[in-house]
Amino acid sequence: MSGRVLVGVKRVIDYAVKIRVKPDNSGVVTDGVKHSMNPFCEIAVEEAVKLKEKKLIKEVVAVSCGPQQSQETIRTALAMGADRGIHVEVSGKDYETLGPLQVSKILAALAKKEDAQLIILGKQAIDDDCNQTGQMTAALLDWPQGTFASEVSMDGAQVKVVREIDGGLETIKINTPAVLTADLRLNTPRYATLPNIMKAKKKKIANVKPADLGVDLTSRLEVLRVDEPPQRQAGMKVETVEDLVEKLRDTGMV
Amino acid sequence: MAALGPLSRTARLGCNLCRKHRLVFNRNLQRRGIASCIDPSYGLSEEQKEFQKVAFDFAANEMAPHMAEWDQKEIFPVETMRKAAQLGFGGIYVQPEVGGSGLSRLDTSIIFEALSTGCVSTTAYISIHNMCAWMIDTFGNNEQRERFCPDLCSMEKFASYCLTEPGSGSDAASLLTSARLKGDHYILNGSKAFISGGGDTDVYVVMCRTGGKGPKGISCLVVEKGTPGLSFGKKEKKVGWNSQPTRAVIFEDCAVPVTNRLGAEGQGFNIAMKGLNGGRINIASCSLGAAHASVLLARDHLLVRKQFGETLANNQFLQFKLAEMATKLVASRLLVREAATALQQSRADAVSLCSMAKLFVTDECFNICNQALQMHGGYGYLKDYAVQQFVRDIRVHQILEGTNEVMRMIISRNLLTES
Repeated sequence: MSGRVLVGVKRVIDYAVKIRVKPDNSGVVTDGVKHSMNPFCEIAVEEAVKLKEKKLIKEVVAVSCGPQQSQETIRTALAMGADRGIHVEVSGKDYETLGPLQVSKILAALAKKEDAQLIILGKQAIDDDCNQTGQMTAALLDWPQGTFASEVSMDGAQVKVVREIDGGLETIKINTPAVLTADLRLNTPRYATLPNIMKAKKKKIANVKPADLGVDLTSRLEVLRVDEPPQRQAGMKVETVEDLVEKLRDTGMV
Repeated sequence: MAALGPLSRTARLGCNLCRKHRLVFNRNLQRRGIASCIDPSYGLSEEQKEFQKVAFDFAANEMAPHMAEWDQKEIFPVETMRKAAQLGFGGIYVQPEVGGSGLSRLDTSIIFEALSTGCVSTTAYISIHNMCAWMIDTFGNNEQRERFCPDLCSMEKFASYCLTEPGSGSDAASLLTSARLKGDHYILNGSKAFISGGGDTDVYVVMCRTGGKGPKGISCLVVEKGTPGLSFGKKEKKVGWNSQPTRAVIFEDCAVPVTNRLGAEGQGFNIAMKGLNGGRINIASCSLGAAHASVLLARDHLLVRKQFGETLANNQFLQFKLAEMATKLVASRLLVREAATALQQSRADAVSLCSMAKLFVTDECFNICNQALQMHGGYGYLKDYAVQQFVRDIRVHQILEGTNEVMRMIISRNLLTES
């Protein structure tokens, strides 16, 4: 076992920013807007670094697909404890149509190239909320998957994953190599320390092009239109429970 | 990176705003520093942006939620400060070989500015602690550096800076605390006033008189808590800075080993002044953070509060007032950062620039916070709203580390002295 873990990190609009739709409804405004690492990706990085600290794996490699600015996101992962980074350059039109299918093809190719033992991703990105990349990557590699992980423990060449599912918690044991996706309660990501931020400067980020990995970036999806959600309507106040039930019946809710 | 607290996590990730948590929620939003023209990350290097991000995240998650409680209950947040020290904030410009982070004055200013948005009082204390650690690191011999700095950088031990006395504030060089040499000890007699952290801290960097009158008779001694003859006055009740205790520090035949003297006899005043140059940048940086947070609070209030049928944001007077506040904020920030750069490079204009920065920034930022309070109307006066704490906390920045009047003395002397 190589002991190498690939962690995917995505650069997304910061969670605290108020999103605005472009006037032509083709997408959201990203120019000049604050971006940061997807919060679920932070949790994924933290889990990988924790595994390394427990000496269960040997190397953490942070991967990001996107334009030049994605390197900032990789640097954040390095400051949290990742050993090196891989920046897969995707820009312009290709970046606008980059989605889970393309990213999972890239990750699959990299996993083979780097002889990865584990791929840890965030369960979804807060910009598109797709929740697909982890699952697609596992399918392309024909690897087992432990998604929505809220607890991960390694047992030799197997991984025990406690998954958050609708009905509660499900515990599974899967063989490595495997794909895991991190859910909210998996851990609390650490702050980077000042010394680690400075050390991160010296860590290497390799540049790779999707073509080098033999990946076709053509999208099978076309975004027709992006709209703001409908304005929240005012509610209605009622005097009694009977009134409430009547109103619910009237509007067809019950 | 955001170590998201449980409240903000479930409220924000994947679901809609949770109205009942709005107050805490709003605070976190405001402290993120998301607003274009006053964004404090412009012009910074990638690395500095990373430092700033950690500081902002720490402030938003670990400090802002407790800022009001620390103020009301007068809590000295030891655990939180130790968490900050683990990230490297205990000795930011102290050298790495004794446990510091070895960063520049500009990096330090950026960090304190960001931390201050979480709690001015606590950040101001952290900056005083940093100043003391730096003084020992820079003017101490290797034995002293190794003895004191690692514990200070990790905040295993806390430090206080003791210069002011009941009889000597602005006229610092006239201090009276005496240190008479007796064998291999100095015997200290006298008292210091308004000491931040006094009584709760472990290491006291004390300026005292070993020689004759005036600045050249002053030396710098490190006094440790528990030394016989060292005692403290009552905890002062203050308008702000309530998350740090302030007490008089009293010396009664207090014997301090000669090996605790930093630098040579007579070098103390020089050490004190050099420490204060950096201290002035740090205090000004704390004022910047408060002003930044206040502008965001005011902005958000203007967007929400309605009178006369429309939001306050449509009122031109308030729009213009907000623009003026933003402009003064950015101007202040640029001055502080330039002063930090000058000090780092030991430029000829460093001392005067530090004084100008302290003078201008503490005054302007107080006005900004005060305006922000005014814009909140009656709500601004309630302790439920953070803006009043920013106003109260930074009011003292115009007084300590050298009053703004003393800053004017330094600057006018520079202009009027024939060189």
